[in-house]
Amino acid sequence: MPDSLPSHDVAVIGAGVVGAALARAFTLAGAKVVVLEKAADVLDGASKGNSAILHTGFDAPEGSVELACIRDGYALYHEIRERLGLPVIRSGAMVLAWSEAEVAELPRLMAQAVANGVTDVETLTGAEALALEPRLSPRVQAGFRVPGEHLIDPWSAAHGYLLQALENGATLMRQAEVLAGRRAGGVWHLATTAGAVQARLVINAAGLWGDEVDRRVTGETWFTIKPRKGQFVVYDKTAASLLGHIILPVPTKTTKGIVVCRTVYGNLLVGPTAEEQDDREHATVDRPTLQALMRRGEEILPALSGQEVTAVYAGLRPATEEKEYRIRTDLAEDYICVGGIRSTGLSAALGIAAHVVRLTARDWVPLADPVWPVMPSLTDCAPRDWQKPGHDGILCHCELVTKREVEAALTGPLAAGSLGGLKRRTRVTMGRCQGFYCSAALAKLTEGRLAQPMLGGSDGAE
Amino acid sequence: MAQSDVLVVGAGPAGLSAATELAKRGVSVTVLDREDQAGGIPRHCNHPPYGLREFHRLMRGPAYAARLVDEALAAGVTIRTRTTVVALHPGGTLDITSPQGLETLTARVVLLATGVRETSRAARLIGGEKPGGVMSTGALQGIVHLNGQRPFQRPVILGTELVAFSALLTCRHAGITPVAMIEPATRITAYSPAAMLAGVLGVPILRGTAIDAIHGRTRVEGVRLNRPEGPEEMATDGVIVSGGFRPDAALLRASHLEVDPGSGGPVIDAWGRLSDPSYFAAGNLLRGVETAGWCWAEGRRVARAIAASLQGRLPAPTAARLRLTSDALRLAVPQMLPIDTPPDSGAATRLQLRLNRPAKGRLRLMQEGQCLLTRRIESLPERRITLPLPALRSTSDITLTLEER
Repeated sequence: MPDSLPSHDVAVIGAGVVGAALARAFTLAGAKVVVLEKAADVLDGASKGNSAILHTGFDAPEGSVELACIRDGYALYHEIRERLGLPVIRSGAMVLAWSEAEVAELPRLMAQAVANGVTDVETLTGAEALALEPRLSPRVQAGFRVPGEHLIDPWSAAHGYLLQALENGATLMRQAEVLAGRRAGGVWHLATTAGAVQARLVINAAGLWGDEVDRRVTGETWFTIKPRKGQFVVYDKTAASLLGHIILPVPTKTTKGIVVCRTVYGNLLVGPTAEEQDDREHATVDRPTLQALMRRGEEILPALSGQEVTAVYAGLRPATEEKEYRIRTDLAEDYICVGGIRSTGLSAALGIAAHVVRLTARDWVPLADPVWPVMPSLTDCAPRDWQKPGHDGILCHCELVTKREVEAALTGPLAAGSLGGLKRRTRVTMGRCQGFYCSAALAKLTEGRLAQPMLGGSDGAE
Repeated sequence: MAQSDVLVVGAGPAGLSAATELAKRGVSVTVLDREDQAGGIPRHCNHPPYGLREFHRLMRGPAYAARLVDEALAAGVTIRTRTTVVALHPGGTLDITSPQGLETLTARVVLLATGVRETSRAARLIGGEKPGGVMSTGALQGIVHLNGQRPFQRPVILGTELVAFSALLTCRHAGITPVAMIEPATRITAYSPAAMLAGVLGVPILRGTAIDAIHGRTRVEGVRLNRPEGPEEMATDGVIVSGGFRPDAALLRASHLEVDPGSGGPVIDAWGRLSDPSYFAAGNLLRGVETAGWCWAEGRRVARAIAASLQGRLPAPTAARLRLTSDALRLAVPQMLPIDTPPDSGAATRLQLRLNRPAKGRLRLMQEGQCLLTRRIESLPERRITLPLPALRSTSDITLTLEER
């Protein structure tokens, strides 16, 4: 008999997209879940910056857990997205070859797609590619089309998974960094910066800190995170009309390469780079790399030249020594490591969560009639708040974010904890002016309401 | 609501002066502004000099903005704030959203006066991290003057346009002590008296210096400067990214109206008329930044043109297209030059130019092999250059060339 009953069945460490999907899956499976996040807000690590594509897995390693999770995650996203109010743009992708060496790779890539279960790929000649995307550089030689590759909203998706967990009884603790773990009487005792937490089962979804969390909780780790940085350039909304498909390069061993695609928010994005680094906290951009990305973008899509840059950002992928996901159940009893989810976490998250639930096999009773929250629409896939009466005026003019939307994002179980979190929930300040017009109104509205204040230490103080 | 003859988009100096002038001429005018308060940028520029040209007295921005609003209301102008235009359609039809929801408005003439914004840190491709405490002058002034908040203590100011010195005054007002002003060029962009202000306040101006990277995960902790003698780290808790004004032309770019890639604003004729003659434009939307007084005068002049248009007194929109043929020339407005200008029709009398880079040489305006005008210049980007509009007899293209020496 344990000394006391733990308050939670499952503790998920890390509130990135994978942690959010795990929290949802375990909650719906009937477990009482607590999510521990060290930052002031969720999605503050690797999930902060990615290319926002829902991948089919056509180029994932055959027979890998990663492939199975992407395929499953892809299907699950389409299964639940309407109920959660999540958008999709069924853009399709084109993998394009720009040299003879790349053309030679195409048959192998197509065969791999078919072997991976993505059977609807279609070959393209250069002329066919240009007929579908007339703005492409005429230098394109050949390629193939992957109709199932789609554009999604990376943040609404993860917020939606987590909110559904919270609205069905899960708990979120922010600014709760896990310091140590101890197992006693069949129960995990986690020491965190926000106090002690007990749970029967601990799941490490700590992303960029996966190896460190392994060490802190179990005393050992079996892999090393090798952060891989990706820089991106986001162009203004006028550029989005230049392209329909996601334009993918022929991948190399280490990276999917530089993508040119629209975003669900109506911008156009070029990136990412793949730069190895040791630092897990700091993702910097640098001008020469951004300029090189822009040049690459213009080589693929010459009309990009002269388009205005709206934003630049860098994300870190939690890569490890190996390509495959680092999912393992035997490091310690009732402890599961979900590590090394490098660049396919957004596509695979729901599949990973289902996979991990299956690995645990407990006798929880699944929720019979769970609550389904509907996420606010931040894209043109569904009517936006500014199109409905009573929005109290527009706060962010570039992205047409209303005061009512910002108020909503500052309240509720998943209220924003930082300006970054508020941006991810509403898109406020993420448009072309980057806060020139709305920073003052936003600073006033958020004063005293964010765990990590928008302004400096003297925030409003006189 | 009752529809107006003229809808003005933007209640800054250009939009309000145009609306006031039109109302005084008996035209029904409604001004739409997306902010809670009308008045535009001067609302948060809490320093002189404003109002000399318009009201013959030295004013601070907020008092000046309030005066512009009062004059418009007294003349009978309707002002709708918290009203955002979301689309421009042919023939003067606008989709708007306000707390009441979506509406469509139509007017005989629409005047676009949506002004400018500063170039963001992102668009300048400044490296490093993305901490809080990096902001434009516009954001800083709103936070300081409208909210009474203080976002940092010891920022650096990037840029030396006039607005950078406005940022300096704002800092001084709020008890903020900038550690340096940083200018990538070798010369200060604003005219020299402004630079003396930095000297008086003891803020060094580092010329030939770029911000290479911004450090800090949640708040600015420092910047890496690229100085003529090499890289240098500087401790600071904020970065004011000032100037680089560009037209706020998002609506225009998404519409049927023709945009000039050089100015980023609309293609206009001498009366401020756009490629769809139900649309006019005035103020900083045309070219990047000018003073409030300049925009005010421009708004008044274009109001006369709109009044003439409503009376059917403007010539048909046929004109000579002006083309820039030197890379040092960034923009020239108007882009369409008139053949004949009826009296009191509000036609521009001068061409406004801006440079891309410091340059000197001879400007030459040519048509059909004939030199219409020539003028020697030596100037910097963002400085005002004007030329008289030549009298034309033909609508064939005109070229403007800078022969550099």
